[in-house]
Amino acid sequence: MKITDETVSHVAKLARLWLHPQELSQLVPQLNDILEYAAKLQSVSLDGVEPTSHPFHEVNVVRPDVPRESLSRVEALRNAPDQDQGMVRVPAVLEGGGGA
Amino acid sequence: MSTPTVKEILRSIAAGETKARDWVEQSLRAIREIDGRLKAFLLVDEEQALAAADRIDRAKMYQHAPLRGVPYAAKDNIVTRGVRTTAASRILENYIPPYNATVIDKLQQAAAVMVGKTNMDEFAMGSSTETSAFQKTANPYGEDRVPGGSSGGSAAAVAAGLVPFALGSDTGGSIRQPAAFTGCFGMKPTYGRVSRYGLIAFASSLDQIGPFTRTAEDAALVLNAICGHDPLDSTSSRQPVPNFADGIDRGVKGVRVGIVRHLPEEGLEPGVKAAVHRAIQQLEAEGAEVVEIELPHMEYAVATYYLIAPAEASSNLARYDGVRYGRRAEASSLIEMYERSRSEGFGMEVKRRIIIGTYALSSGYYDAYYKRAQQMRTLIRQDYERAFEACDVIAMPTAPTTAFKLGEKLDNPLQMYLNDIYTIPANLAGLPGASVPCGFVDGLPVGLQLIGRPFDEATILRVAHAYEQVRDFAWPKPVLGVAE
Repeated sequence: MKITDETVSHVAKLARLWLHPQELSQLVPQLNDILEYAAKLQSVSLDGVEPTSHPFHEVNVVRPDVPRESLSRVEALRNAPDQDQGMVRVPAVLEGGGGA
Repeated sequence: MSTPTVKEILRSIAAGETKARDWVEQSLRAIREIDGRLKAFLLVDEEQALAAADRIDRAKMYQHAPLRGVPYAAKDNIVTRGVRTTAASRILENYIPPYNATVIDKLQQAAAVMVGKTNMDEFAMGSSTETSAFQKTANPYGEDRVPGGSSGGSAAAVAAGLVPFALGSDTGGSIRQPAAFTGCFGMKPTYGRVSRYGLIAFASSLDQIGPFTRTAEDAALVLNAICGHDPLDSTSSRQPVPNFADGIDRGVKGVRVGIVRHLPEEGLEPGVKAAVHRAIQQLEAEGAEVVEIELPHMEYAVATYYLIAPAEASSNLARYDGVRYGRRAEASSLIEMYERSRSEGFGMEVKRRIIIGTYALSSGYYDAYYKRAQQMRTLIRQDYERAFEACDVIAMPTAPTTAFKLGEKLDNPLQMYLNDIYTIPANLAGLPGASVPCGFVDGLPVGLQLIGRPFDEATILRVAHAYEQVRDFAWPKPVLGVAE
């Protein structure tokens, strides 16, 4: 099935990406090529085959529940693009909250 | 200038003939001389490297450290405390990690000295190092050729003799293919052998850190330092780690080397095929037993990989939203900020893969793409389980071609992806694999790939080492580099 500009724009939106029209026109045929190639998998019967999500499956690997030192707030915030009073600042989430 | 191996550096320092500082200075000098044209490094930290070398030379506690004074470089998707780490992406352009990856801590404990961070494809997505947001690395054996990818900077740095070893990461062949293209030894250990804590995630069920070196024996020395369980990585294995250098010189008498009966050969260059064939004959002459095996689902590996890896990538890269770290674009709403930060920060290859992954995981397409790929992964894994009943190690080319020209495949992603046909299956099955230089075609290196059973890196190293002792082709000097 061919994918269209609309489908790619929709998927990009889901992935929180904005595509320039030029990027879109370049991407659509490339994605079609790749998905057409991936359709190889449709030609093989996979009925009853268990999917593999990890090469060596281990279940519920946890470390001992022991408190340990973590990053300090100062260190954790050092890479934040914008901060205020020890917190990360972002544009308002709710309407009417004003800009950043 | 001679280009010593890790082993030679260790011997020289232990004998008191040289100091850590001598080797670090030599490495920094070579970088200054060559890297302006090679462009293997994104960052060189001279001051910190020399200070570390002096510390190692002074302190008694490092006297018996296993990699005492050996300079190295790390791919720029391995985080380093206080040292900028970008994954070759604009979105992390100014990111200074507040912590070290476990491999970096382990190498520090082993008294190796990091001299810098190497160029790579953005977020390790690519097979040529051309998708880096910052620069294109040249191949030391041809300035107009790619060094392979995604760990092309690390491979080029070792091949050119700028460092005796470097770390890379391998998700679909990103250590083995650049090793083949640049004439290095490169190894992807078994999934789980080396902690991924601090490796900037691309596809978490496939990624694995591993070394580039000049010899298999050097790789064994580096693996001894970086392998082992890490409580900070829940996928890291508790399998005991042997001393990989022990028994590496036992030869190949009686070792069963599997060759694939119906290897997909579309695009396989005759010169590459001939070099690999001759290497296998030489192993046979040394006493290895060559047996034919079948890997019937290998032809589906690339399609499988290019659904699974982007699916995992689309999820892993969701964290780059401009909130807590990384690039943030000006915007008036939160959603606009996410979209603009990501769109400005990611390059085309990353966007392409995020979109494929999001598509493959989306409602209505999940069963047709993602789930089928995961089922195919099971069949590929089972192929190997059967093959390893008949053989101890599998031999095949690392890549179908020698290093292609810069720009040659950049506009045709599918063609670029098909270059990974021989390396991808080992990632899907979690197996260890290495590439060992086995010849030159028109002045460009060729790699012999060796794939082993899970956690049996030792057999790969032993076979590679045996082969290194008998290979007899002429090894040209790199056009760019100090290596001899």
